[in-house]
Amino acid sequence: MATFLARRLLVSLPVLFGVATLVFALIHLVPGDPAQAMLGDSASPQDAAELRARLGLDRPLYLQYAAFLNGLARGDLGTSLRTDEPVAAVIAARLPATVELAAAAMSWAVAVAVPLGIIAAVWAGTGIDYAATTVALVGISMPTFWLGPLLAIVFGVTLGWLPVSGSGSAAHLVLPAITLGAPLAAVLARTTRSSVIEEIGELYVLAARGRGVSPGRAVLRHAFRNSLIPIVTVLGLQLGAVLTGAVITETIFAWPGVGRLLVQSISFRDYPLVQGCILLIAVTYVLMNLLTDVAYGLLDPRLHHD
Amino acid sequence: MLVAALAAAVGPALVSVDPSVQDLALRLAGPMAGHPFGLDELGRDILARVLTGARVSFLVGVVVVGVSATVGTVIGAIAGYCGGVVDGLISRVIDTLLAFPGLLLAIALVAVLGPSLANVLFALVVIGWVGYARLVRGQVLRARHADYVQAAVALGASTPRVLWRHVIPAALPAVVVQATLGMAGAIIGEASLSFLGLGVQPPTPSWGTMLNGGRAHLLDAPHLTIVPGLAIVLLVLGFNFLGDGLRDLADPRQSRQ
Repeated sequence: MATFLARRLLVSLPVLFGVATLVFALIHLVPGDPAQAMLGDSASPQDAAELRARLGLDRPLYLQYAAFLNGLARGDLGTSLRTDEPVAAVIAARLPATVELAAAAMSWAVAVAVPLGIIAAVWAGTGIDYAATTVALVGISMPTFWLGPLLAIVFGVTLGWLPVSGSGSAAHLVLPAITLGAPLAAVLARTTRSSVIEEIGELYVLAARGRGVSPGRAVLRHAFRNSLIPIVTVLGLQLGAVLTGAVITETIFAWPGVGRLLVQSISFRDYPLVQGCILLIAVTYVLMNLLTDVAYGLLDPRLHHD
Repeated sequence: MLVAALAAAVGPALVSVDPSVQDLALRLAGPMAGHPFGLDELGRDILARVLTGARVSFLVGVVVVGVSATVGTVIGAIAGYCGGVVDGLISRVIDTLLAFPGLLLAIALVAVLGPSLANVLFALVVIGWVGYARLVRGQVLRARHADYVQAAVALGASTPRVLWRHVIPAALPAVVVQATLGMAGAIIGEASLSFLGLGVQPPTPSWGTMLNGGRAHLLDAPHLTIVPGLAIVLLVLGFNFLGDGLRDLADPRQSRQ
């Protein structure tokens, strides 16, 4: 297992390096002079030159790159242009809100979608199955930026049950978490259904039934356990959608997380902060994928012998 | 989906109202005679804007999927067929781009390049081609050792000819399925960026921009949000159904599940 983990870590290193390089390159993709773009057209050439010097943009590219990597290694992501605070500190202050939102969204999605997928698989081809699959397909097709406002209109504005913006209480978390988790729930339900259907047809499930194991136990203890790998795979892959969805969900509900920080920093052209947010989200995604791979190894010991 | 395609093609011509004409006296008005979907925050007809916005969505879908599928197929085929250093290099680029979740890289690119339809198309292609390349690379790796490919090589066919005539056609059904689902992805991508204020810029109507405009009026004019959102969901649902159907055709094993 240790070798398997070490090998996966080694494979992730070039990817992390590539991510850092791409994030570094972002500021150099700004059309024209990045310093002028950050300060706006009305800024004087002196101010632009001063900012260029402060950000090190007046140095040769390879020196800028070396300084960027050096900073990363020390956890230094630069300084926010708007607030003059270290980017890492600004992001760290917002991170707990995003973690709380993502965890709530993923928890409800798993708690609802996996049982729904199992029910649809057990009753495959019946009305229950069609209803569950249709709900799942609608869920996949319903973008976060529409579902969020709709939920806000119904539960916040019309019924007045839940707050539609801000944070601070469990009630504030409900609508953003439902919005963010809905597409994940839809994909998970579909995957669970098809994966369980495949396993239910296997001989070992039939053999268990032949030994007198109850139908419920045969599905849950035998078929479902072996369906877990595709489900975990999808959960890992969908984390990307959750992280991107967080950018939109936090914007809709004014949730004070990293996603909203990213959108705000884009509107203020605070590029060091933009770079920091993008880097954090991408690195989190890579590391979560690594964890998914480790989870495979635990779920299916054959994998780390390959 | 066909209705949406038709709406995009001839819809704007059927509606006599100009999508950019403002009637401030009627701003935020609900559905009424002459304006079946109501008017927006600047008093513009929502039906006319939804129909014109359909053009933007289809344009984005067709351009992004067309360019991404072509670039991805060619690069994926080269990686899979050549192997070695070429494959290693292309695979690292693919891995790096896939390390950015979903739309994040597109958001980052548009943030630095500036919000415009052209930059949205560029950003969506940058994140879009990777999926096709990975898919085709996998298919080509499998096809490379097939007897018919070996036979073509033995008969003296050049590498481009082997790729073009024998290897790529084998991967096409999977690419077509992915392209159909990719249309839905590209349409949602553009709408997401426009919703965040990073996509199509006013006054050009786009469904995402319309939703962005409706955000401030959830309380007093929910129709600003409901109508363009419904248009997106129906169109995306249509492409998802079509993609699912095509996948079932391409892989009958899936349809039995």
